Amino acid sequence: MSNIFLEVSKVGIDFPTPTGPFTALKDVDIRIDEGEFVSIIGHSGCGKSTVLNIIAGLYQATYGGVILEGKEVNEPGPDRAVVFQSHALMPWLSVYENVALGVEQVFKGQKTKAEIKEWVEHNLSLVKMDHAMQRMPHEISGGMKQRVGIARCLAMQPKVMLMDEPFGALDALTRASLQDSVMEIQKELNTTVILITHDVDEAVLMSDKIVMMSNGPAAKVGELLEIDLERPRERVALSKSDQFNYYRQQVLSFLYEKKGVVNFTAAKQESEKHQKENSEVTEVTEKAS
Amino acid sequence: MTVPADNTKPDPNFIGDLVSKLTSTISSIDMKDVIFPFVGIIVFLFIWSVASSRIDTSLGQFPGPAQVYEQSKSLVQEYKDEKVKEAAFYERQEKRNAKKLAKNPDATIKIRKYTGKETFLDQIITSLKTVLFGFLVASVIAIPLGIACGLSDAIYKAMNPLIQIFKPVSPLAWLPLITMVVSAVYVAEDPMFEKSFLNSGLTVALCCLWPTLINTAVGVANVDKDLINVSRVIQLPALTHVRKIILPASIPMIFTGLRLSLATGWMVLIAAEMLSQNPGLGKFVWDEFQNGSSNSLSRIMVAVIVIGLIGFALDRLILMAQKFVSWDKQAVLR
Repeated sequence: MSNIFLEVSKVGIDFPTPTGPFTALKDVDIRIDEGEFVSIIGHSGCGKSTVLNIIAGLYQATYGGVILEGKEVNEPGPDRAVVFQSHALMPWLSVYENVALGVEQVFKGQKTKAEIKEWVEHNLSLVKMDHAMQRMPHEISGGMKQRVGIARCLAMQPKVMLMDEPFGALDALTRASLQDSVMEIQKELNTTVILITHDVDEAVLMSDKIVMMSNGPAAKVGELLEIDLERPRERVALSKSDQFNYYRQQVLSFLYEKKGVVNFTAAKQESEKHQKENSEVTEVTEKAS
Repeated sequence: MTVPADNTKPDPNFIGDLVSKLTSTISSIDMKDVIFPFVGIIVFLFIWSVASSRIDTSLGQFPGPAQVYEQSKSLVQEYKDEKVKEAAFYERQEKRNAKKLAKNPDATIKIRKYTGKETFLDQIITSLKTVLFGFLVASVIAIPLGIACGLSDAIYKAMNPLIQIFKPVSPLAWLPLITMVVSAVYVAEDPMFEKSFLNSGLTVALCCLWPTLINTAVGVANVDKDLINVSRVIQLPALTHVRKIILPASIPMIFTGLRLSLATGWMVLIAAEMLSQNPGLGKFVWDEFQNGSSNSLSRIMVAVIVIGLIGFALDRLILMAQKFVSWDKQAVLR
């Protein structure tokens, strides 16, 4: 138990609704090693962002729990920093100040003013944003904003970096360059990353492991796929690779053929049984009439 | 052939520069922004003068723009006359005291304050001071309380019934209560404020509270959830969270509340001054009405226009403050 870096154990969550509790997740089990890049993929509305929010501590799981380095996660904290889809930069703070906001709080009493400044600048240069430190968020493009969001997250030196569809709102070219940046940084710092995505190529390209979630309600982990591709990965070369396409096909097949259903063959038998029963019922009623 | 130099004429280049500068300034102003308001005012003045000539009251004909203009001049003149009188009074007093001292160096001299009648301009100053006092008192209470209501559902639920009940109460219902409470509680040897000033000011404050309180609460409650989540992840302490996240994010809504509050306060103040005979513009209006001379209606009309202009100016003032404080310099404020 103690040698697992991050464990999501039997996590379930109920949301209250006027018609009674709605079970969004049930029995979600994920194990992640240190330095691993894990993607969670699934159809929209399946609860993959909810899993991330529970790991972040922003939501409280109704059942089960999350254990990071042997300690249970109960509240949000900088050791599980989040990159939000909406970048969530404070519009009234400059690029530098947005990153410094977290750094000043997390390293309070540990770093001097000069060290804080240096650290903020270092992290902005990691995401290639050191040229725009004094700009305001409304003055920079969407891709640049997300770079700053990533820098803010990295600057807190999280044990796990949680990314909630960080490239979802970006155009394809910007997305590609940001994906490359994140892979580069992750390799350099050996950060553990959990990435929520609905983009199959993105998941295969970036991950060591893909967690495929079944459709909700009561969504759970459907299948796990280990991606055994060598790093650094280069998108153009990989697009011709059979192995890459095999992984891609695996994920696509889970998402579209099996419709995110956990056990495809079992589900098929189930539905056939239902059909059979239904036809028997109709036969009976026809006889009766 | 050479043209004789004419020294009295200015340098033609200079005139050319001036003209081009002027035309560029004028062309930079959108003429629609000048013409339409101007037309609006002209049409209003025309309708006013035609309508007023057909209305006969017991105090004579209803004043048209011309009579009102005349009275506004005479009100300014009265103020000037009063200033002259005041200066003369102090001069006489000084002379008298000097004489006294010359006769007997040990004589105790008294310096009396001039107590002439309050002119229109004095009343304006009094009203402005009162409304700003009430507005400040209300804002100091309403903004922190609004933030608390926006942050905590429990506090909001506790406050909401009180807000809903007291918000629609007319200021005039509060006035007698405030008057009695102030005269009972505020007993100082050397009072910093006049009691009448406190009465009007606190009435204004009670009515200024609600728009700021409600708008602040709504603004705070609607701060982007992602920004709040960022703050939670960073684990900002509560006070820093309010100062660095909540306040800047809800500045626009707070200012909307402040503007509504000040507008309400200004309206309330005039009514309170009329009813309680506290010095100010409201008292001026009431006194003129009681006076009932042939000029009274014109003088009241002057007050009406001045009240409107001041209300407008106060609103612009808050808008300027918002532009200064707000981080969002792009925002279109209207």
